Amino acid sequence: MPHDFQGSMERNVERIEITISSRFENIELVQVIAEHLCENAGVDEDGSHWIGMAVREAVANAIKHGNKLDIRKKVSAVFELAGHDLEITIQDEGAGFDPEKVSDPLNPQNLMKTSGRGIFYMKTFMDRIAWSFNPGGGTSLVMTKNLEKASGMASTNA
Amino acid sequence: MKATSHSVEGVEVIKLDGKITIGAGDQQLRDVISNAINAGKNKILLDMGGVSTIDSSGIGELVGSFTTVTNRGGKLKLLHLPAKLNELLHVTQLITVFEVYENEKDAIASY
Repeated sequence: MPHDFQGSMERNVERIEITISSRFENIELVQVIAEHLCENAGVDEDGSHWIGMAVREAVANAIKHGNKLDIRKKVSAVFELAGHDLEITIQDEGAGFDPEKVSDPLNPQNLMKTSGRGIFYMKTFMDRIAWSFNPGGGTSLVMTKNLEKASGMASTNA
Repeated sequence: MKATSHSVEGVEVIKLDGKITIGAGDQQLRDVISNAINAGKNKILLDMGGVSTIDSSGIGELVGSFTTVTNRGGKLKLLHLPAKLNELLHVTQLITVFEVYENEKDAIASY
């Protein structure tokens, strides 16, 4: 498969991986990587900020809801940038959840709730998000974003 | 997050600086509001001009603060929204909930 191999090399894939223990103060480490990766790829400050915000929310959920704040459990983040396509995978060691049961924070009944906006942020700031659940435990969240569309304010990307 | 307050014509103006994020500023914001309420102050103006980052937990705490103050018969309003917070309040439709002002004089006069 020499041809395919050469093709993937030409795409110039950037891959960054970080693993953190389940402490809220570690969230920013992962957020900063996301923001710098985007800025280095030519995304403006606002666009990088909103992607960093989606990553922050994903890691916060992994620590709080996935790993239940157990500092012995890890959260890993993998960033893969191929051309303009950014794929971010956030993995925890939790039992998973049913995405269908996550309530819509824009529903007037939920507007004044104090929680439940994290996934909405991820959906708003990224192109696509999807979860997979390992039967043996552990949740993987994959978020993708085409960085050519990543500039500007959040409402124009939503 | 740092909070400093002063009183103007019976309105407690609380200036917030720094981050309001999960595990940090969110709890502090709750304490700041509850201290003000316990001190009998229920006209509260939050000056958000110095807030650098706010996540969904921070937004949630802002909503909780609004409800706490409203339930005590008071009013919580916002001053000097940074552009990104303004954007977040729009995408979450919470901009319909909060009264937002760009200068302190107008905000004080509105209570």
